[in-house]
Amino acid sequence: MSVIAMLIIFSLIVAGGFLIAFLWAVKSGQYDDKYTPSVRILFDDLKEKKKDKKKNEKSLQNNGE
Amino acid sequence: MLWYLLIKGIMVENKIICVHCGDVCDSKNIRIGENYFCCEGCKLVYEILNENNLCNYYDINSNPGIKTAPVGKKKYEYLDDETIIRQLLDFSNDDISVVTFNIPQMHCSSCIWLLENLYRIHKSVVKSQVNFISKRAVITFRNKEISLRQVVELLASIGYGPSLKYENLEKKKIEDTNKKLYYKVGITGFCLGNIMLFSFPEYLSIDASSIALQKVFTVLNVIISLPVFFYSASDYFISAFKGIRKKYLNLDVPVSLGIITIYFKSLYDISTGIGPGYMDTLTGLVFLLLVGRLYQNKVYERFNFERDYKSFFPLSVTQFDKGIEKVIPLTRVKTGDKLVIRNGELIPADGILYKGDAEIDYSFITGEWDPVKKNKGEILYAGGKQNKGKIEIEVVKEVSASYLSQLWNNDAFKKSKESAGHSFANKVSYYFTPAILILSAATFIFWLNVSFEAAMNSATSLLIIACPCGLALTSPFTLGNTLRIFGKMGFYLKNTSVIERMTKIDTIVFDKTGTITQKSVNPGSSGVKFNTSLNNEESILVKSLLKNSTHPLSLRIYHTFNPEIPLLDVEDYNEIPGEGIEGKISGRYVKLGKRSFVYQEAYDKETENITVVFLSIDGILRGNYSIDNSYRKGLRSLIDSLSDKYKLLLITGDNDGEKGTLLTYFQKEDNLHFNMSPIAKIEYIKSLHNSGHETLMIGDGLNDAGALKASSVGVAISEDKAFFTPSSDAILDADSFNYVDKFLAFSRTAENIIYTSFIISAIYNSIGVVLAFNNIVTPLMSAILMPLSSITVVVFTVTSTNLMARLRLQ
Repeated sequence: MSVIAMLIIFSLIVAGGFLIAFLWAVKSGQYDDKYTPSVRILFDDLKEKKKDKKKNEKSLQNNGE
Repeated sequence: MLWYLLIKGIMVENKIICVHCGDVCDSKNIRIGENYFCCEGCKLVYEILNENNLCNYYDINSNPGIKTAPVGKKKYEYLDDETIIRQLLDFSNDDISVVTFNIPQMHCSSCIWLLENLYRIHKSVVKSQVNFISKRAVITFRNKEISLRQVVELLASIGYGPSLKYENLEKKKIEDTNKKLYYKVGITGFCLGNIMLFSFPEYLSIDASSIALQKVFTVLNVIISLPVFFYSASDYFISAFKGIRKKYLNLDVPVSLGIITIYFKSLYDISTGIGPGYMDTLTGLVFLLLVGRLYQNKVYERFNFERDYKSFFPLSVTQFDKGIEKVIPLTRVKTGDKLVIRNGELIPADGILYKGDAEIDYSFITGEWDPVKKNKGEILYAGGKQNKGKIEIEVVKEVSASYLSQLWNNDAFKKSKESAGHSFANKVSYYFTPAILILSAATFIFWLNVSFEAAMNSATSLLIIACPCGLALTSPFTLGNTLRIFGKMGFYLKNTSVIERMTKIDTIVFDKTGTITQKSVNPGSSGVKFNTSLNNEESILVKSLLKNSTHPLSLRIYHTFNPEIPLLDVEDYNEIPGEGIEGKISGRYVKLGKRSFVYQEAYDKETENITVVFLSIDGILRGNYSIDNSYRKGLRSLIDSLSDKYKLLLITGDNDGEKGTLLTYFQKEDNLHFNMSPIAKIEYIKSLHNSGHETLMIGDGLNDAGALKASSVGVAISEDKAFFTPSSDAILDADSFNYVDKFLAFSRTAENIIYTSFIISAIYNSIGVVLAFNNIVTPLMSAILMPLSSITVVVFTVTSTNLMARLRLQ
């Protein structure tokens, strides 16, 4: 019995945690713009790659000369 | 290979393309290294970006830039004004300010990247965040180091000058109804999951040893269902209450009745120990209803359906005061002020011209192509665009009292079109609700012979099980899905009630200029071809004759002649509407017009997009002009397919010059209305409504704004999605113009799907009613039957709309 009571309390706490997380996400504006973040997430990668590419280009150029 | 990578000015068909904007470069003169540019503006932007190591911009997409003209020093001067700054900023303290700009130029991921990296160009910009769909950027900056004006100038310098219009001064509360809906769905989802978990023992009828546990579970269920009943379902109660107060039984009435009965019966059952109640059914029902509402609430944020003149007028104007030009905000323009209007600028308020040559393009208001010449002392109406040099005007009426602005004072703008009577669901509910109430009363009386308890029990079960959740879900899902299908095809609706109104239409009213004709085709010599050639003398004759006519075709042919050709007087000039023009010039008889008019032969049908004008001199055929008319492609077939079912009308601000051609489309002369002012258009639409017609108006310019608002469904046509459209119920991509008939037909299909789905859910309901009437409903039964009917309805409506769209729309 007491085990089940514990489990109930525990499960409610966990589920409530997720509910609060969801409400917080809505409140902080995560659901306001559902498109831009999907583009934004790709940018950082690109910057890193670009640096590498430039380095490569430079080294290629040096080698070429 | 290496060099290929380094050369960014890509050669396409031996033409050099501007690295920045992708236009073809005229020469190789403007360049930085191997990067070529079409103009200094583009080069300048490249330099700014290059300096700040922001050339990633060009790697994300090729040629992402926007062609920019250098910004005048004074253009944004008005942004130094304290009151304007205060009205524009979202937030400001001693250190930082936050402002939201609307930047319509945004079009690709490069734009997002660049705008979000603004801080790299100017260190005083703390943060900038883009919402691509609504084309907005929120910029946070240190207000001691950089002024609002400098922020705007910074944006303008890289080609993203924000659109600052009169309307920006009025802060509109951003609607957070959708946010609330998310909260409610989240909370109800949480409650549903838990209640179902705690109801499990009941479903499985676990043996007596766990009775104590079951009690705990039911108490927990009661607690968890509190927010569902009092918070999540509150909208339905409010709506039902409003409906009843207006003496109208909307669908929310039986839904609320069902919810309330379930809740109190469950409380009663639980408190008296009769059973575990129906809390699971209650939360499941509310959850599905809310999900339906969320699905229906699809909003096209990109578009603004509520525009008025304030969206078109600039934020500021140049005032001329005691010999000094000063930029002042439009809100401060008073009568008696002297304003300077430059080439291409809009006249913001009615005024008298007192200096300069005015050539005003009123196409914005009247739809008339040709600029109107105005002399000193004449009144210039607000909304016109100056087309020639600089003029000065004295304001005679304030902005809000001007001719154009007054259109928005018409009572057509004060009415909401979304009256409850239109909705399909409410129409059914009108019969459904009384039927349910009578049935449950009958059940109650029938069981009263047995016992009061049995009577209560069966009557309440009936109310619960007959709760029209299937009905309530039908409309949101069918219409929500139809809205999305239309959106994919370039027809963007303001909300789902537009579809319901579309099914009632019996009259379609077209505007002419910009609606059935293409906006991009300019009046002028382009598109006019003469099949032979004229000698000098003949040219003089024809040009002189044409000079007398104001017919649009005459004007276009007139423009093909060299301006230096002299003009002669015309004797016996005669213009026969719809036929042609004739006259005697230096003794020679010139005729220009239809084939039948020029050489008395049977009329042969003109091809869809070309009008042929014949020319004869002294009775001898000299040749013909073929003129591309600017009517949209597919107009003929669209009109043909619409004319069976709808009455087609045309109202235009233009003169009746094209009457002849238009008659071939619109059959009767009564269907054509020329020289209509914006107010006259409203009145005409109203008169149609008064005589019992339901109208769909398709228009474009501001001049149609009133008529669009007055009609049952106002559709604004747009050549370019970023272009401003007047307030309307729907925005139609010009490329989808041919599909208007299909859209209208599909709205009827959607209506039929809704009625079919009503029948399906009615079958479920009647099964439930039979069970309830016989007093054999158990919580388990209702827990299965109700979600089952809801899910059947949702699956049926969504799949059938998709299927029908595939069959009928493509």
